Amino acid sequence: MKVPDQQGHFGKYGGQYVPETLMALLEDLEKNFRQSWQDPAYKKAFKTLLREYAGRPTNLYEAQRLSRYFETLKVYLKREDMLHTGAHKINNTIGQVLLAKRMGKKRVIAETGAGQHGVATATVCALMDIRCEVYMGAEDIERQALNVDRMRLLGAKVVPVNSGSRTLKDSMNEAIRDWVTNVRDTFYVIGTVAGPHPYPWMVREFQAVIGQEARTQFLKKTGKLPDYLVACVGGGSNAMGLFHPFFNDKGVRMIGVEAAGRGIKTGQHSAALGAGAAGVLHGTKSKLLQTPDGQIVIAHSIAAGLDYPGVGPEHSYYQQIGRAEYVSVTDQEAISGVHLLSRTEGVIPALESAHAVSYLEKLAKKAKPGSSVILCLSGRGDKDMGTIKSGQSI
Amino acid sequence: MNRIEKKFQSLAVRKQKAFIAFLTAGDPSLRKTEELAFAFDKAGVDIIELGVPFSDPLADGPTIQAASYRALQNGTNLPGILTSVKNIRKWSQMPIALMTYYNPVFHFGEKQFAAQAKASGVDGLIIPDLPVEEAGGLIAACRENDVATVFFLSPTTTPARAKKIMAAATGFIYYVSLAGVTGARAGIPADLLAKVRQAKRLTAKPICVGFGISQPDQVRRIATIADGVIVGSAIVNRVAQTTGQNNQIQSVRDFVATLLKPLRSPTHD
Repeated sequence: MKVPDQQGHFGKYGGQYVPETLMALLEDLEKNFRQSWQDPAYKKAFKTLLREYAGRPTNLYEAQRLSRYFETLKVYLKREDMLHTGAHKINNTIGQVLLAKRMGKKRVIAETGAGQHGVATATVCALMDIRCEVYMGAEDIERQALNVDRMRLLGAKVVPVNSGSRTLKDSMNEAIRDWVTNVRDTFYVIGTVAGPHPYPWMVREFQAVIGQEARTQFLKKTGKLPDYLVACVGGGSNAMGLFHPFFNDKGVRMIGVEAAGRGIKTGQHSAALGAGAAGVLHGTKSKLLQTPDGQIVIAHSIAAGLDYPGVGPEHSYYQQIGRAEYVSVTDQEAISGVHLLSRTEGVIPALESAHAVSYLEKLAKKAKPGSSVILCLSGRGDKDMGTIKSGQSI
Repeated sequence: MNRIEKKFQSLAVRKQKAFIAFLTAGDPSLRKTEELAFAFDKAGVDIIELGVPFSDPLADGPTIQAASYRALQNGTNLPGILTSVKNIRKWSQMPIALMTYYNPVFHFGEKQFAAQAKASGVDGLIIPDLPVEEAGGLIAACRENDVATVFFLSPTTTPARAKKIMAAATGFIYYVSLAGVTGARAGIPADLLAKVRQAKRLTAKPICVGFGISQPDQVRRIATIADGVIVGSAIVNRVAQTTGQNNQIQSVRDFVATLLKPLRSPTHD
């Protein structure tokens, strides 16, 4: 079955759950994306910017010292952290802002958690000369101060969100309220494979460049396909970008790593796939952290980019059909992951990506010796220095 | 025929328009919500719209967001609200519609929810984040239980969608006055009346206008075209301002009476 279907469903997940005011707009967006994605001129502009501006292709780097540390694993890092602005997010923002310009929109809005998507949106908006406003939870503004300064320097307006949990979930609520109000001239650049159709599909298509490159690069280096793909999952865009092009490669096992925060049992985590139930939030049906009354639970993760109670609907679908496995690691384990990669490879990963790195400790214990792994190193850790330093003293 | 449909029939006979009053259930408490409903019935409110508080009310402005938060803080939930509707039904036949985001209903189970809502005395459902395309299951469950499914039209709705919405809606059609979230505003959009008039040509179902309505003059002007007027945030504001005061019920009732007055004077038509 090809997913999503015409209405944006991935099996029983996905769809469009938004106020009526947005429905006509989503229809228009879907039509424009569908046309653009088949238009050689649009594709050429997208690919040129990815190459000349963002710095693609990124390296698939064989992490030999890390592999020796694990003994049983041969680890390859897909270096999305080497991209302009320091994370995979720019693959998507280039695609969406190009589309916004093509549709004649005058203004771009975005939500951001860690600030990486906000920075990537502000960057491309500066490049393409379009007004940009970024909604960011007040708590995230405190813990990601560096990215707030970067967005402002790039000319974007950062709008603090003080409602609810003051994190990603509420900045998305606020962005949707803005969108429904300024629907005619505003383009909402969603940062992950979530939200109403066509976003999960569109963002996946933009991010699939990660997996397409990695697959070609791995084949070229080794003459075969990897045994495992490992990536962190908040909304899940870097993971879906890596996984999707391998969907039909049945021998390749996919593992998404969610944030277990202070431990799944404490209830303070962001593991929507591991501990959530099906529900509807922010325009899509997917696994969600919620109470028995169907109220959304406030998520927790040391990594602001994973601190979200939901997940992209295609991941819920992959989990349901058994195509991918979803696991989780705690805040503490993620910090260990930062140290491990920094000391073995001289690469400081973002706290988000460090969840994936840390999971390799567990995978190494059960994997067959000699197993090969492509790990998506989705972002670099400069933005997290404050959190990592304070985390050490806990 | 359920109470909402009956209500519009009897209003039509009297050549009157409906006044629909919104309350966030559980703000400041479900007990007060029941008392307010009683007072609204006495004041001549035609239909009451009870808002089920949700953690992420993305179609709502600051007023209803804050009321939802207060209601959740004091433990308000869907089963509790259904019990309150049952209590209201002991002394009132005023039509009651629940306005709820989709997730609490989905999580409850659509079939169970429709059946329990009906058993409690609920007459209709209004779900702002459930477009007709995703509503097949809920519509079937509601039809089985004679619960009306109200759907929205908005200034951005295309003609093709309007047709689908008008076909699926029962009870009434909720016309959103403007692109935006709920919240009291002054004036009415310049093209609103023309757009509602246009929509009315395409359907025999009642069309009621909501979002941004907070003053008697807005009510009067909209009622010249629409079949009903919905006031939410302005009432919720008044509830919030009077919480803790002895005369809260009377004060909110008086406010609602001033909004309702233009619909009951014989000159408005």
